[in-house]
Amino acid sequence: MTKGKVAGIIANLVFVEVDGPVQQNEICYINLGDTKLMAEVIKVMGTQAYVQVFESTRGLKVNDTVDFTGHMLEVSLGPGILSKNFDGLQNDLDKMHGVFLQRGEHTNPLEDDKKWEFKPIAKPGDVLEAAGWLGEVKENWMPHKIMIPFKFKGKYTVKSIVEAGEYTIKDTIAVVTDEDGKDIDLTMVQKWPVKVAIKAYKEKPRPFKLLETGVRVIDTLNPIAEGGTGFIPGPFGTGKTVLQHALSKQAEADMIIVAACGERANEVVEIFTEFPELDDPRTGRKLMERTTIIANTSNMPVAAREASVYTAMTLAEYYRAMGLKILLLADSTSRWAQALREMSNRMEELPGQDAFPMDLPAIISNFYSRAGFTYLNNDATGSITFIGTVSPAGGNLKEPVTESTKKAARCFYALSQQRADSKRYPAIDPLESYSKYAEYPELEKYFRENIDAEWPEKIALARDILIRSREVDEQINILGDDGVPIEYHDRFWKGEVVDFIILQQDAFDNIDNSTPLDRQKYMLDKVLDIYHTDFTFESFEDVGAFFKKVINVMKQMNYSEFQSDKFKENEKELNTLIEERKTA
Amino acid sequence: METQAFQKIYTKITQITKATCSLKATGIGYEEMAIVNGRLAQVVKIIGDEVTLQIFSGTEGVPTNAEVIFLGRPPVLKVGEELSGRFFNAYGDPIDGGPAVEGEERQIGGPSVNPVRRKQPSEFIPTGIAGIDLNNALVTGQKIPFFADPDQPFNQVMANVALRADADKIILGGMGLTNDDYLYYKNVFDNAGALDRIISFVNTTENPPVERILVPDMALTAAEYFAVDKHQKVLVLLTDMTLYADALSIVSNRMDQIPSKDSMPGSLYSDLAKIYEKAVQFPDGGSITIIAVTTLSGGDITHAIPDNTGYITEGQLFLRKDTDIGKVIVDPFRSLSRLKQLVIGKKTRADHPQVMNAAIRLYADAANAKTKQENGFDLTDYDERALNFAKDYSEKLLAIDVNVEVDQMLDTGWNLFGEYFKPAEVGIKQEFVDQYWPKED
Repeated sequence: MTKGKVAGIIANLVFVEVDGPVQQNEICYINLGDTKLMAEVIKVMGTQAYVQVFESTRGLKVNDTVDFTGHMLEVSLGPGILSKNFDGLQNDLDKMHGVFLQRGEHTNPLEDDKKWEFKPIAKPGDVLEAAGWLGEVKENWMPHKIMIPFKFKGKYTVKSIVEAGEYTIKDTIAVVTDEDGKDIDLTMVQKWPVKVAIKAYKEKPRPFKLLETGVRVIDTLNPIAEGGTGFIPGPFGTGKTVLQHALSKQAEADMIIVAACGERANEVVEIFTEFPELDDPRTGRKLMERTTIIANTSNMPVAAREASVYTAMTLAEYYRAMGLKILLLADSTSRWAQALREMSNRMEELPGQDAFPMDLPAIISNFYSRAGFTYLNNDATGSITFIGTVSPAGGNLKEPVTESTKKAARCFYALSQQRADSKRYPAIDPLESYSKYAEYPELEKYFRENIDAEWPEKIALARDILIRSREVDEQINILGDDGVPIEYHDRFWKGEVVDFIILQQDAFDNIDNSTPLDRQKYMLDKVLDIYHTDFTFESFEDVGAFFKKVINVMKQMNYSEFQSDKFKENEKELNTLIEERKTA
Repeated sequence: METQAFQKIYTKITQITKATCSLKATGIGYEEMAIVNGRLAQVVKIIGDEVTLQIFSGTEGVPTNAEVIFLGRPPVLKVGEELSGRFFNAYGDPIDGGPAVEGEERQIGGPSVNPVRRKQPSEFIPTGIAGIDLNNALVTGQKIPFFADPDQPFNQVMANVALRADADKIILGGMGLTNDDYLYYKNVFDNAGALDRIISFVNTTENPPVERILVPDMALTAAEYFAVDKHQKVLVLLTDMTLYADALSIVSNRMDQIPSKDSMPGSLYSDLAKIYEKAVQFPDGGSITIIAVTTLSGGDITHAIPDNTGYITEGQLFLRKDTDIGKVIVDPFRSLSRLKQLVIGKKTRADHPQVMNAAIRLYADAANAKTKQENGFDLTDYDERALNFAKDYSEKLLAIDVNVEVDQMLDTGWNLFGEYFKPAEVGIKQEFVDQYWPKED
């Protein structure tokens, strides 16, 4: 392997004089005494490799030796990933010693001696390609497929496969023969470079199914498709993280991967603390059993921040190839972009807007494109739905990271400071936000067949009600309460009903926090019924008073078990209220 | 200054800029400390045998034949119980006339805590200020700044918080403090007889600005010693972080780095996060809580410094002058403590969250009524009552000179509700109304 010597140091950018070939993005280890600092080649100039060090370079000296590894940053893929807490380089955080993260400490992401209950799927004689399923083990409750390694090209014939039984990840579980007749022993682990997309699938169609999140303002008004992409930009304090946590708790997915990228450590601690306690509403198991966390919080090394989102995406792609439905959440992609900026700045590259690197839009769209719904080679399906948050500087949505992400992601969930200030949570602005999937004919068909034949029209109407309500609200503010006709108040309040009952949702209430689709449809129908009803009022004060009562009763419905006695009681109360005011 | 025998002395400086000098030297470690003609400096760049040093106090008067001695170590602080009650400069040298501290040398700016070794913060820190305890309760292990205009009395509020908070150690990191403010802190701590649990690292406006960069790391290294080794509850006060960030931008500018938003270095977020994320709750009871001050220019929170801070810290506290009562209050709308949910109603009385929300909602109604009034619309009876409530609420609870126990704050809240409103207008759960609504005589 190539060796080198340190020739210069500026913060975590190190120049290395090399004695042989190096590749772009190759991983190397710098020897600082007994400590090995991991670094990645990001530029080569003649015999000097520029490497970014994933850890602090304090104390590093010129002429310290460097060992190159010949490969890019890789992750280990095999059973044992689920429920783990990794750092951005896939070190198992729980295996680290001491209170502080010591530099140069690398831990095994998997367990070499743990026995897994293996069941073969393939038989001797079967011909498989990369990602072909050889067998499976139970990882928590999930069927974890053992596959032909993604790096393998061409076709492989299964020569032998072990019988069902307990094996470690290091045991040979199958022998396959390649097209040249060479036998290869396979274990349950394989490695893959994180910056390269895993493409071992047959086809990636346009998304055509809804991914239920239980969040009404998303599912009903701005739905995200299974295998879709979305992003949540918002100034600080508008509830980005609460929303992401809600999604990670409720979304209808087999596995959730949370990449905490450059954000607060206490927020990750909240997941560590709560997820092992919380029940997954669909399986009745603990949420942690379907969750993997990649934690690279804001105080952890900056260069590893970039790696962390790629590590998370690669793990998602691995599980997608098993035919599973993955939801990947990254909080926040802005911090990742800032890490790129710091490095580009140190390399003295010509800066783009706000000193971000010129290729930022390309990097972001390339990353988002790794999500998607796929048909695997064996016709099973698997998907990665990706939702990233963006932390726009100064809350300004015109900054480069937000703009670049807007071009790449298909759903846009704009968090509004105004809604957050008036405590209307989740603070997703219903009119600024959009879902391009809602316009897909594939998805429209899905809605008509699975929810309601009129669903798309109903959604359009709900949006119109909100727009009209906002318009008259402005008029009322200018002209005064008694300066406008009573109908204006009626129109304003009908919009408020949609806002309070459909858009607003209490993330901290055990029932209201997650609304299944049939219940969302039921409540939307109720709200639209009220919209279609004509009421008679004597004065504008009556309008507000009446609708406040309506909202209060409907909120109680949202807080009660669906179709429970309490729910029905509230519904009856609502009907009486409406009957009293209804225009004869 | 520390020098040892047999140290190599370099005397040939090849390049001098406003903040840095370069020379040929070998075997030098990155971030190593050096002394240039008696001034402290740190290695910031090594290219081959050319080493660039950042001289903290500036390069004025540094000659090309200055004596340069490398110390063979990064910046360190000697830690021990002896730190208590002492005042130090940015380098950790005493400025109170006392002897040098003997103790274990620790590198400052050390590694971060493994997130899986943290505990979720859960202990309430009462301060006696109702604008904080009632509406924005603080929790051990939290990091929160005051966002304040330079003319607001944030140093007084910080000093009060420090003295009233139940902490084993209070560590002050003063950056760009005026000499008057420094003496103010010193006096307040002295008079309160609390000096033995207070440690101060101070850089005043009389000191070179670049030295400030060391202050937070010094303060937090001391904090980590007491929180990790001694399992103590440590409160760290950092004032003013805006001046710290300004010092960073001076350095990056002199190093020819490309500035990003508001001429701040592109690494501002990471630089601030490295400091604030030292706030931590350990499972064994030790904790570091950080209360900082970020001064704003003209109340602009979209400026890079408050903006990046807001994304890192767990909330922010706004001070505002309430002209109706002529006092400074903690603004209930713009202030936020993200961790308060972990303690209010759990570590405090069960009615706390409801009283807090109801009072803020009624205060908001008063604000609307005020707008209405200013626009010349008629006020309803409810509007009038809300306005009167707001004035009392501001005076008796929000003002920063309030100093009472949480239970008393809640009782005051209930009395104000009873005085101006009917239970239906306040909208609190019936069980609490039954228990606490003031009885008519």
